[in-house]
Amino acid sequence: MQYMHKYASPKFFYTLAGKLTPWMAALTAVLLVAGLYLGLFVAPVDFQQGESYRIMFIHVPAAWMSMFIYVCMAGAGAIALVWNVKLFEMFAGNCAPVGASFTFLALVTGSLWGKPMWGAWWAWDARLTSELILFFLYIGYMALEASIDDPRRAARASAILALVGVVNIPVIHFSVEWWNTLHQPASVGKVGTPSIHPSMLAPLLLMSLGFTFYFFTVALMRMRNEILERERHTTWVAQLLESKS
Amino acid sequence: MLEAVDLECVRGDRPLFSHLSFRLKPGELMHVTGVNGSGKTTLLRTLCGLTHAAAGEVRWNGSTIHELGDDYRSQLAYVGHSNGIQGELTAEENLRAACLGTAADTTRIQETLKRLGLAPYRHFPSKVLSQGQKRRLALARLAILRKSLWILDEPLSALDVNSVVLMTEILMEHLARDGLIIMTSHQEIDVETKTILQIQLD
Amino acid sequence: MPNFLKAIGCLLRRDLTVALRRSTDVLTPLVFFIIVVSLFPLGLGPEPSVLRTIAPGVIWVAALLATMLSLNRLFANDHADGTLEQMALSPHPLTVLVLTKVAAHWMLTGLPLVLISPLLAVQMNLPESAMGTLVLSLLLGTPVLSLLGAVGAALTLGLRGGGVLVSLLVLPLYTPVLIFGAGAVAGVIAGIDIEAHFSLLAAFLALALTLAPWAAAAALRVSLD
Repeated sequence: MQYMHKYASPKFFYTLAGKLTPWMAALTAVLLVAGLYLGLFVAPVDFQQGESYRIMFIHVPAAWMSMFIYVCMAGAGAIALVWNVKLFEMFAGNCAPVGASFTFLALVTGSLWGKPMWGAWWAWDARLTSELILFFLYIGYMALEASIDDPRRAARASAILALVGVVNIPVIHFSVEWWNTLHQPASVGKVGTPSIHPSMLAPLLLMSLGFTFYFFTVALMRMRNEILERERHTTWVAQLLESKS
Repeated sequence: MLEAVDLECVRGDRPLFSHLSFRLKPGELMHVTGVNGSGKTTLLRTLCGLTHAAAGEVRWNGSTIHELGDDYRSQLAYVGHSNGIQGELTAEENLRAACLGTAADTTRIQETLKRLGLAPYRHFPSKVLSQGQKRRLALARLAILRKSLWILDEPLSALDVNSVVLMTEILMEHLARDGLIIMTSHQEIDVETKTILQIQLD
Repeated sequence: MPNFLKAIGCLLRRDLTVALRRSTDVLTPLVFFIIVVSLFPLGLGPEPSVLRTIAPGVIWVAALLATMLSLNRLFANDHADGTLEQMALSPHPLTVLVLTKVAAHWMLTGLPLVLISPLLAVQMNLPESAMGTLVLSLLLGTPVLSLLGAVGAALTLGLRGGGVLVSLLVLPLYTPVLIFGAGAVAGVIAGIDIEAHFSLLAAFLALALTLAPWAAAAALRVSLD
């Protein structure tokens, strides 16, 4: 617990995050460039879908991230609720915009991918529908957080909402799958991951790792800003500002 | 015995007060004063356990109130800024609902309403009562619930002179029964008791 | 009788009494439900086969919206006059009190919707064989709507724009109930076996009954802070 308090002190974390972010940002760039290169130029053309399948290298990792970030957000929210740790409150709050962006990216790329496959920008495919509802959940989370003025109260209320959401996501996902199999005419194909060839798997994993590091980098940067804002009355922030100017 | 240890409260990111410690024993009254916005209501709500303190803790008989939970609340009666009266219900129904099934003794309810001069309005919906009458009805809860710790936020506001005298009497009876009272008030309160703790927030 | 059972009885009686004295509050969501369903034939044309196909979905979506409209009543009045605060300070578990309030809310909103639904089903040309399924699916589903709604209502208590915000929080969570509720009715019309639908609706109810009161009670404590 002693250690926890040291690392969880905003001042310590601010400095630590400041040192970490450049490295993480560099790693993100390397991973994304490598992933995109392997995905767009090295991976073989899919014999059914042609070149258009390559959007998968963005769509699939983005969809994974959208779920992963929601779980992170709920987990951090739970820790903040139970142990009352400010840093986790901030982390949870800063997950939401990044997660919502990934969800939006997954929706857009899914719809772009769907156009050549279904001949329409939108089809009520099970996975896209789940993503859409997840997007709504993110929007609700951010709307709730934005409408409460007191930051600590906002963090606690939205943590409860994230926990309710995280219990519901599997249920929603399962329900949508079920609904989809009942209503989907057989002629409409599913946006699915094509049979994975090792040369496709490598860029997929690289992209996912790159997105993960991107998420943590952005979350840390956002948290640093929020720490300064929340701690603006403290002496260490005043000293910091003085030394900068 | 109610204890506050190193209590710190904030509203938003504005600190209200910090390092507030006191100890209140049975039969004692604590009078909290301070200008508007100094955090009187926040202090009372923190002592109730409604608002979270930014630092420090509140203890009842040695254990923190968050550990005690419902056991602490069974000792506590709070009258806040809002009277806690549902306008559609009659005075009697309101008191009965406030008891939530426990000790809702009809004769005691009748007696209390009579003592506080509310008996004639027993069967009217509370929304027709005047501001002062509603305040009296809120205070009637105290007499019926029989809790040992009373936390009262401006209990004497909107009361006429006679009601203030009556209320002071009720407060003194409670202290004589070894009860504890914490209250805010702009008026001087004229209560004879062993000890009055004065806390001035600024 | 344990104290908290007495408390439940007392609170239930109080909520029902207040609602009966303010009967317009109870009638508004019900009338809303009827009007929304009646608008569909006007928008789509009175072709019976079309109405029959969309009836399960329309009635269920309207039930969702009507429930949502009534969520405001769950805690907001008690919050405004300070009785909610008193409830949070009572020596009974807040979870149980919240569950009681939700039960009262369902009796005043969900149950009337269930009871009026056969009338709307007739209006929408739903075959008689599906009537029982519609009523049963609403009977299982509307309590879930009230329970989940209580979490949303507790979270948005006293916030600016709370009424619209609650719909943003709650409607996405309603999707599973909508899918299986409307799915059961549509399944009966299509002649599919719908036992699984009912099992799942019952499972949702069990899950919501165990978890939602905790979440709503925690949310209330945050909102009263």
